[in-house]
Formats: sequence, C-alpha cells, structure tokens
Amino acid sequence: MSVLDIKNVTKSFSTTKAVDDFTLTVGDGELVCLLGPSGSGKSTLLRMIGGFETPTSGVITIDGEDVTRVPPEKRPTGMVFQSHALWTHMNVFKNLAFGLKLRGLPADEIKRRVEAVLELVGLGGYGHRQTTQLSGGQQQRVALARSLVLEPKILLLDEPFASLDQHLRERLREEVRDIQQRLKITTLFVTHGQDEALALADRIVVMRDGRTEQAARPDVVYREPATPFVAGFIGTMNLVDGTVANGRFAHSGFTVPLPVGDGAATLAVRPEALEIVPASGAGMAKIHRVTDYGTHAIVDIELPGGVRLKSMTREARDWSAGQSIDLKPRAFAAYRDNAAIHRSN
Amino acid sequence: MARALTERRIDWTGIFFAVALTLVIVFPLLVVGTWAFTNVWRYPSVIPQEFGLKFWYQTLARADVWSAITMSLSLATMVTLLSAIICLPAAYAFARMDFPGRNILFFSFLAGHAFPKFGLLVAIAGIFLSLNLIGTFWGVVLIQLVGTLLFMIWIPVAAFQSVDRRMEEAARDVGAGPFRVFWSITLPQAGPTIAAAVLLSFVGTFYETEGAWLIGAPQIRTLPVLMISFINNQPVIQYGAVLSVLLWIPSFIALLFARRVISSGSFARGFGA
Repeated sequence: MSVLDIKNVTKSFSTTKAVDDFTLTVGDGELVCLLGPSGSGKSTLLRMIGGFETPTSGVITIDGEDVTRVPPEKRPTGMVFQSHALWTHMNVFKNLAFGLKLRGLPADEIKRRVEAVLELVGLGGYGHRQTTQLSGGQQQRVALARSLVLEPKILLLDEPFASLDQHLRERLREEVRDIQQRLKITTLFVTHGQDEALALADRIVVMRDGRTEQAARPDVVYREPATPFVAGFIGTMNLVDGTVANGRFAHSGFTVPLPVGDGAATLAVRPEALEIVPASGAGMAKIHRVTDYGTHAIVDIELPGGVRLKSMTREARDWSAGQSIDLKPRAFAAYRDNAAIHRSN
Repeated sequence: MARALTERRIDWTGIFFAVALTLVIVFPLLVVGTWAFTNVWRYPSVIPQEFGLKFWYQTLARADVWSAITMSLSLATMVTLLSAIICLPAAYAFARMDFPGRNILFFSFLAGHAFPKFGLLVAIAGIFLSLNLIGTFWGVVLIQLVGTLLFMIWIPVAAFQSVDRRMEEAARDVGAGPFRVFWSITLPQAGPTIAAAVLLSFVGTFYETEGAWLIGAPQIRTLPVLMISFINNQPVIQYGAVLSVLLWIPSFIALLFARRVISSGSFARGFGA
C-alpha cells in the first residue's frame, strides 16, 4: 500500500526548474534514499513533501489525501534538518515536548513519551541537558527524537549527518536504520553520499537536474546502472567513450567485443571487473601508478589517448609503473543516448 | 633577554589615553556629584566648605520634581511599549518578507536622524498645533515615538535575521502555526538583542529633551526639561546637580542590564558585527 504519492511534481524558481515533472510512489514502511549531487533537486523535493515549498504544478498525496497546498504544521510528516535546528533556548526535554504540548496532551503522557523516545535514540536521562551542551551526534539524535516523538506517518531526513565526521556518520546511519525498521516508519532520506544510500535504502532514487535517473533497489542501482550518470555516481566506475564497428568497441588501442549496432558508445567497467594482464604485443595501455591498500591494490592505467582507468587487483607486487598491459573486462555495460544497450553480466 | 626588556617597557600611549579619558569622563561627573552633596562651596576653595544632604531634602520636597519624575517614567514606558508593539512586527516583516519598496522604506527610518532634528520638530509642532496635540501627553508620546523608530526597527531586524530559519521551520513541522512560531521560537531566540533595543529606546526616551520641550511645554514637564529650567533660572547650582544625579539612576540600571546582553555578544550582532 502506498503512503506517499508524488505525481508529476514540478518546482520552478524564477527561470530554473529545481524539480522537473517528478513522479514517485513510496510504500508503507519503506526507506527511500533520494541520491544526487547538489543542485539535483532532492532537497527541494523533500521540502515539498514536508510542506516548506509549494509545487509549481503536480500533486502530492499522503495516505490518499491531497496535501499539495497544506502547510507543514498540518501534515503528518516529521523533518530532520541537516543543521539539526534544535531550539537553543529550550532544554532537550522542552524541545521534544513542544509538539506534544501543541497537541494538548496531558503532562504525564508527555513525560512518558519524551522519556521513551530519548531511550530509543540512546539518550535516556538527557532531558534536562541544554542542547548547546551536546555533541554534534547527540544533537542530531535529539533532532531525530523530536520528529519521532510525534509519531509521524512519514519521516523526512535532509542530509542529517552531513556535518558529522565519517565514523559517527556510519554509526548514526546504522542506528537510524535500526530505529526505522523497529518502528516500521516510512522514511525519505536525502543524501549526496552514495555509500550512505547503499547502506540504508530499500530503494534508491538517483536524481539529476530535478528528474529521476533511476529508481531501484541498491544492488540493482550498483550492478545495473540505468544511465552513464548513475554508473559514474554510484561507486567507482571506469567510463570510456568510443565507437562500435562490426561488433567491436574501440577507444585508441583498447578494444572489446560488443555485440551491438555500429555507432558511438560509452563503455562502463567497475575497477573490480577490469582484469589486467601483461601485454602480449604492443599492449593496449600503460600502468601509471600502483597503490597498495593492504587488502587490495588499485592500478591506475593510462590509455594511449590519455584517458585514465582504475583496476582493482589482489597483488600489488605483480605490477609496476610504466609496464605495458592488456585490458580484459570481465563484466561491463555499454550506453548509447543515455540508455543501456548492452550488459555482459 | 630581549623579551624581558619589552615586557618591562612602559606603555605611554595607553597611560595617556587612560588619563585623558579619566579627565574627560570622570572629572565632570565628579564635579556634578560633589555639587549635589554640597551645602556650602565658595570660591576659591578647592573642596566644599560643608557637605550635606540639604539640597536633596529641598529638591525632593518640591512637587514639580516628583510630578516630573512620574511624567518621565510614564512617558518613557508608554513610548517604549508602543514602539515595541509597532516596530517588532514591522522589523520581522523587514527581516523575513520581501515586498515592494522594502529597501526604500527600511532606509527611510534614517531620514528622521539625517537632518537637523530641531527643524523637523518645529515642522511637526506646526502640524500638532492644528491637531491640538501641543502641550498634551499624547503629543509628546508621538514625537518621542519617532525618535525610537530607528533603534527599534534596525536592531530587531538584524536580530530576526540572525535567527536560523530552520528553527522556525522545525517548529512549523511539529505543528506550530506562524504566530506560535514567532512567539515561542523567533522572539526568544532574538530576545537578548531585542531587549537591548528596548532598553536603548527607554533610556533614549527618558533623556529626550528637545521634543518633550517643544511639544510638551509648558504643561508637560519631564525630568530633563525641569533640570534645564533649574540650571537656566535658579541661582543655586545644587538643584541642577541633584537632578543630574537623579537622572543617572535609569541609565545606571540600564547599564547593569546591558552588561549581560553585551557580554553575550548579541548586542554587537544587532548592529551587524
């Protein structure tokens, strides 16, 4: 059953379209990540769902009810902002109790619910603290609790961990995932970090220029990116522009059999799927650099035309800079006119 | 070695400024303060012949002094209150909304302070004369209100602008309407800076003389107006000196409050620092 329906929503700011004819349906209890570079319209879309922006055209429905023009205070959504936006003139308890008080709940009920939600986010007993005394991670937990305590139908998170360090970010996103699954709350999570999206999401919506590039399960987005943009944005991807003639893709010396019609094409190969072997003849490329990461090594390869590729290998010792090599992609995809025309996996 | 030398060097510039400031600020205060507690002080003696509270009893026994104190306090309170009611919502509108003529209107508040004030007052007095506002309480309230507009718009505008919009949005998100957001989030966040503006406008109004004299005289007599007439008309210096000391009290209390505000940095923020 769908909780959130976004139909043909467009948002224009003077001349530019931040969100352009966007359509998405989110199911009950689903966690959807809106992923894209800055300026892709993901935050604007989230703000429209929260009621902070009004769509120029299109319809947003929550539980079948049209909320397109409903102000944020009357929507069953809860938003967590990137800057946590805690009210610094109130302590933690008052921050969480504010919304409950507005709903006219009795004091003991408010106390019970605030304490329960603080427990849930791992901040039991922090009610009397001032928000400014908390660390960045704790502040963001309070912000999350402030939304959760009102039991919203849809939880909206706008890059909530972007200002935290890598280590804390990873821990908090695991906690968010745990809480989300325990409460089975429908969640939209905006991020520009592809690792965050891959780790969290039931479904990833990759956005670009206000439109959907691909909406699919994380593993599908990773293994079968629908467009070269998605391929380049998620994980590391080698993209090589070339031409196909007689069932063979070629870019300077680098050629691969590609059973598609003649014409231009973009070849996409993950570093872990790009095998390298010592050159049998003149060699397709030269090794530029070898970096040993302990568990694996990354070999930087330079094609005769100057294009750089990356290959992941187990052993750094087998390779050295300047060495001539041949390239053997084990799995790859090919794109033409912004659509996949071939997959070899 | 070189360091020890520089540390021992005497900061003559600093001493010069400290002494100069002391002379300019403290000395006149000291003289006025001494006069207020002097019973007899004849030339050429450097210190008064006789100290005492004689003129305090005499000054505070006068009915016109007490009515001037009451008048000044009620005027300053009324002006500050009205100014807050008018200016704070206007300041919020300037800070958060975009409307045609916003910038021109915003800078128009400078106009009242950009020209010689007395000319403006005389022109207003002409208008007030035909409106029968001359010599009335509300006439003085109106003229003093004009003087507070600049502080009470500009400082709160900066205060409101420095309130994080996300905080307001978060309050909308948990169910507060626009008015509730202003009352529970925006106003407390901007609170210290706005308190400074209110304080400035209260003290400024309390000491305001030209408008109160031109519009209010002779029926409305504020403390500063009374003090000027004492200084001009009385051969006894002490009356004026006692009133001066009395007039320090509100600014002293204001300073005590302002210290808390200024130390939190919001006062400086109000001026865009």
